[in-house]
Amino acid sequence: MLPDLGKYSETVLSAYAASLLLLALLVVLTLWRGRRVRRDMDTLEQRMRRDG
Amino acid sequence: MSIWEYANPRKFLQTSERVMPVLWVSSGLLMAVGLIWGFFFTPDDYRQGSTVKIIFLHVPAALMAINAWFMMLVASLIWVIRRHHVSALAAKAAAPVGIVMTLIALATGAIWGQPMWGTWWAWDPRLTSFLVLFLFYLGYIALWEAIDNPDTAADLTSILCLVGTVFAVLSRYAVNFWNQGLHQGASLSLDEKENVADAFSNPLYVCMIGFGLFFLAMVFYRTGTEIRARRIKALMARQRQEA
Repeated sequence: MLPDLGKYSETVLSAYAASLLLLALLVVLTLWRGRRVRRDMDTLEQRMRRDG
Repeated sequence: MSIWEYANPRKFLQTSERVMPVLWVSSGLLMAVGLIWGFFFTPDDYRQGSTVKIIFLHVPAALMAINAWFMMLVASLIWVIRRHHVSALAAKAAAPVGIVMTLIALATGAIWGQPMWGTWWAWDPRLTSFLVLFLFYLGYIALWEAIDNPDTAADLTSILCLVGTVFAVLSRYAVNFWNQGLHQGASLSLDEKENVADAFSNPLYVCMIGFGLFFLAMVFYRTGTEIRARRIKALMARQRQEA
């Protein structure tokens, strides 16, 4: 249940929405790249060990 | 034990793997508690109404935007003086987190400013120095991406970081230096008359600690990613040489 934000409800909600969206985007992109790089490194190391 | 042990990428990765779960959980908890407390359980301000709730995002984000740059400065100086690759990569890893914090501070400031000042933007000393800091972040990230040789990139971005520090300092102290413009002085002060009321300052402290821990968690994770990306490049170069 949202608190009564009065005449500034759009202002407050848009500030929270924009900030949380930016933070979520940062986390998602960081984790996505981190996992991709970790997977690529594991694959490469395995291939190099196999090929000697 | 010396702090320089963590300049060893393997040691850094081992330590960060141990520390990160604590940082993720504690930052998530503190940010959630601080923001929920601030949004749902604080009163309206007698002049600013409910817009005062924006303070719980605006102030911690602005604080981290400036502190991220100072962390990058320290890491860059360590690179310049001692040539530890991990410190250069930590500076690189912190920049996207810093730019997002700067963007949040600018966006929430504009949204807050519209009803309070009657304008989204003013060429006020603090706002302007923050905008320049944002542009420095953009330039810093672009410079890392533009240069293939990682050591050259680290050298040049370190110099850019040194120059940009002027604007990080101005972002923090512009209000005191020029004593003009629309932006108010510090929200938190040791002087009780200057400080915001406890009803606002307590959740604000929680948010600030939460944002600080979130920044640390992100930088640890992103530095690990940069170290692995660097290793991939080295392994591929070795493969090409052998072939």
